Amino acid sequence: MQALAISHYTLSSALGVGIDAQLSALREGRSGLGECRFDRGAELATYVGEVDGVDDVSLPPALAGFDCRNNRLAAMGLNADGFGAAVSQAVQRYGKDRIGVYVGTSTAGIYQTELAYRELSQNNDALPDWYNYAGTHNTYSIADFVRQYLGLQGPASAISTACSSSAKVFASAHRAIAAGYCDAAVVGGVDSLCLTTLFGFHALQLVAQDVCRPMDSERRGLSIGEAAGFALLERDHDGARMRLLGYGESGDAHHMSAPHPEGLGAIAAMQAALTRAELASHQVDYINLHGTGTAANDLAESRAVSALFGTDTPCSSTKGFTGHTLGAAGIAEAVFCLLAMEHGFAPQSLHCRNLDPEIACHVLLESRSAALRHVLSNSFGFGGSNCSLLLGMNSAVEA
Amino acid sequence: MRAWVESIGLFAPGLVGWNAGREVLAGRAAYDNTPLPKYKPALLPPNERRRATNSVRIAFGACEDAVGDNLSEAADLAAVFASSGGDYGVHDQICRALMREEIAVSPTHFHNSVHNAAAGYWSIATGAHAPSVSLSAHDSSVAAGLLEALPLVTLEQLPTLLVFSDCEVVATMHSKRPVDEPFSCALWLTPEPTSRSLASVQVNANCTEGVESTCANGELERLRCNNPAARVLPLLELLALNQGGTAVIQGSSGQPVAVTVQFD
Repeated sequence: MQALAISHYTLSSALGVGIDAQLSALREGRSGLGECRFDRGAELATYVGEVDGVDDVSLPPALAGFDCRNNRLAAMGLNADGFGAAVSQAVQRYGKDRIGVYVGTSTAGIYQTELAYRELSQNNDALPDWYNYAGTHNTYSIADFVRQYLGLQGPASAISTACSSSAKVFASAHRAIAAGYCDAAVVGGVDSLCLTTLFGFHALQLVAQDVCRPMDSERRGLSIGEAAGFALLERDHDGARMRLLGYGESGDAHHMSAPHPEGLGAIAAMQAALTRAELASHQVDYINLHGTGTAANDLAESRAVSALFGTDTPCSSTKGFTGHTLGAAGIAEAVFCLLAMEHGFAPQSLHCRNLDPEIACHVLLESRSAALRHVLSNSFGFGGSNCSLLLGMNSAVEA
Repeated sequence: MRAWVESIGLFAPGLVGWNAGREVLAGRAAYDNTPLPKYKPALLPPNERRRATNSVRIAFGACEDAVGDNLSEAADLAAVFASSGGDYGVHDQICRALMREEIAVSPTHFHNSVHNAAAGYWSIATGAHAPSVSLSAHDSSVAAGLLEALPLVTLEQLPTLLVFSDCEVVATMHSKRPVDEPFSCALWLTPEPTSRSLASVQVNANCTEGVESTCANGELERLRCNNPAARVLPLLELLALNQGGTAVIQGSSGQPVAVTVQFD
């Protein structure tokens, strides 16, 4: 396929605000997970990757209708790393109506609805006046907020395919640019802590009581995290150092909340990404696994990776650093891949102490220096929605 | 970008199935929006059928109408599910569970709460492994769905089921999102014409001017304005009338999206 230039990117997670904070934590092996103190989530014995300071963010008065934790986290993310300035420059080049917006989320600002429901009993079962459904809970609220915050008028949509959402935004943006709807696109993902996901995953018995330990023989489930990440995509040009080379999307057609045991959908997504990038599996230098830390997911993914790549390609799950950021996981891990290429290292699978002997793929228990040219990032979600991204660095272009 | 319409599915009160609904949209039959009984998806295995929520059932009403008996072909379809709000009833039940002193969220409610629930059930029902996108653009979800689907069909050469569906909003949330009736529509799109093609559709995203199309029938116009998935009605009217023309649908940044229908 025609590659896309990744001109600018940013990420804020439990590791901190902006890419420098992500980079130093990845290098130092420092996790952002802590005991859950979020609202009534504190009733659960679990760890979460909470972003500090989200409640202190205030939105511009014109966008007050969007005010909720999810959009505050988005604003925090957009303010980092000069992302807004990079988008403003792109507006100068292309015009605000020629830049699309594709943002992934699983729950948008549903926490705002949870808070509003608490007032039903003293309010005659009516939702309070302050509650704004369209600006906070509606799935599109996050994409509309990002669009308006950045002053863009190109096509916009929220992609919501659970935990593959913000990987699939790269595919949607690629199609939009190839179709001529726009010349550039802001892609990203934002998901924030809420009781729906904390208690929902708990009900499915998929949440670890300890920190998540992807690929460990004693892994007991995932830790939930929150994050906001964004990237600016443009048509490819000679000056592009980072590129989207391929993407692959597939469906498991198996079960709503469990992966196919042999990872058949995962294999199809990874193969499609390789095919689009015109790369063979041995040309991939590192794989960022979906690796949630649940027994079934990690085993199925390992089987899929081993079937396609053999057992030599270094891979890791970075969810031990951030927790599973759900609809933001795709962008978070794409940014980790870009940082890994940029700074020449493959991050470790943090918190994996004893590798599960059934996991055959080459899981990195320690970070290592490595020149990476092509990396793959996996994101798989409920409903059997799979997406793999193939990212590349042209080291001939200066950073 | 041009795609061909292989078949159409329709499911809403007064518009049950494309064959009957087409008569109403063409003005040859009266519109009677008596509420419908709960739709029973025929293609779902028993466990999934039992767990399917209102929004899943409503989407299936149109999807099953569109594919009919062509199940082996349905397994090869990519999919775009455009829905403004997903399942309000499930969100309502979860938020109520979260209010209680002892919180117990139903695991089935939780996995049904994802925006791609209908897409997930549909892939299980048909065995489809092709790409599937679930999206929202609030009141512009129809336009966003068209823009997502057309390059899947034309550039990636994937026959695609494009589904617009939104269910009615439960009582508690209705004051904040007043959608009164369910509506779903599915368009089976192909990259090349086939012996079964009904028409072609061309989508213009960069149409900077144009007035949003409306329905001449007042009751259908009320439905179009009330349910975000029903914003597709002006396009369906052209298809029902076997009449070439252009439907203008409001896009997510205020830019209209023009869909041109041709019969040739």
